[in-house]
Amino acid sequence: MATYQLTVNGERREVNVDPSTPLLWVLREDLKLTGTKFGCGISACGACTVHVGGIATRSCVVPVSHVGDRPIVTIEAVAGDPVGRAVQDAWVAEDVVQCGYCQSGQIMAAVALLKHTPRPTEQNIEESMGGNLCRCGTYPRIRAAIKSAAAQLPKGAA
Amino acid sequence: MPRIRAGLLVSATIIAVAWIASVGFANAGSADATTTAQGLAAWEQVYSVLTSPRCINCHTATNYPQQGDERRRHVANIVRGPEGKGVPGLNCGGCHQETNADSTGVPGGHNWHLAPLSMRWQDTNDRALSSAEVCRAVTDRRRNNNLDGPGLLKHHEEEPLVKWAWDPGRRPDGTTRTLPPLTHEEFVAATRRWVQAGTPCPGK
Repeated sequence: MATYQLTVNGERREVNVDPSTPLLWVLREDLKLTGTKFGCGISACGACTVHVGGIATRSCVVPVSHVGDRPIVTIEAVAGDPVGRAVQDAWVAEDVVQCGYCQSGQIMAAVALLKHTPRPTEQNIEESMGGNLCRCGTYPRIRAAIKSAAAQLPKGAA
Repeated sequence: MPRIRAGLLVSATIIAVAWIASVGFANAGSADATTTAQGLAAWEQVYSVLTSPRCINCHTATNYPQQGDERRRHVANIVRGPEGKGVPGLNCGGCHQETNADSTGVPGGHNWHLAPLSMRWQDTNDRALSSAEVCRAVTDRRRNNNLDGPGLLKHHEEEPLVKWAWDPGRRPDGTTRTLPPLTHEEFVAATRRWVQAGTPCPGK
């Protein structure tokens, strides 16, 4: 066991866990931030996506000991960011969600895309969202919501 | 007769001294005297490493990296991206950290990324290029980030992602990833012999 000081959603949080513990389980089990989901456990589905140091990160395969001092943002706080707010609003407006299990990961990936590429092309969306799977098949609505959010963002919003 | 014998002895001595001197002179520069044939043999050793899965999986000609000894397409629809580091939302660094994550089976190293397309060592059907083709790519300074022979040697000796191939961590099932066919020391030594020979490439 080891003690780690993490910056999660702008707050310093201390956890005492095995260094090999995936970040996902630290978030869910130790910090009770259960918005981030366990999907496949092998970084193949994207349900566990959070932002670490601004990078969309598969928290199920990143041991907590590898995080260092990089800030972590989860779905619980993404609305505090203008791009995150626009994406969540668009998700509601487009009625994207069906079962919802994958959606926190979808939103975190979409926010990462729009923060880097505020006016994404179809190819940008295809490539950036291609690793986030949705068993309900909400892909057309996800695509529409990303375009809608992009349209609401002022130029240079990222 | 004694005079003739003496003359022969003197001649033989002169020839012997000259031969010893010439050999000695050649040996004094032995570090640079690697023949082209020896250089080509050394290159084949280098090639055997470059085309092993730990190296060639990220020297693709396609829009995606590969993984595993069978060199399958990388999971999760990973794409190359403009700088070989994936795309926003799906960056290499979203899984691959600064070091291997043996508890989850994800390899890691500093600045994890794909080699540029100019350094592709496969064709678009994921078949390894020939020894001659890879050699030409590696030695073409318009394609290899302007590295000369010593630069290539330094790259093989010191580049963290090159060295990662000999410390590739564990697979998700806990087993150790397959290493290249030579040790890193042997790989560097082979590269040095190849460079000393003038980085010769096979003819075809």
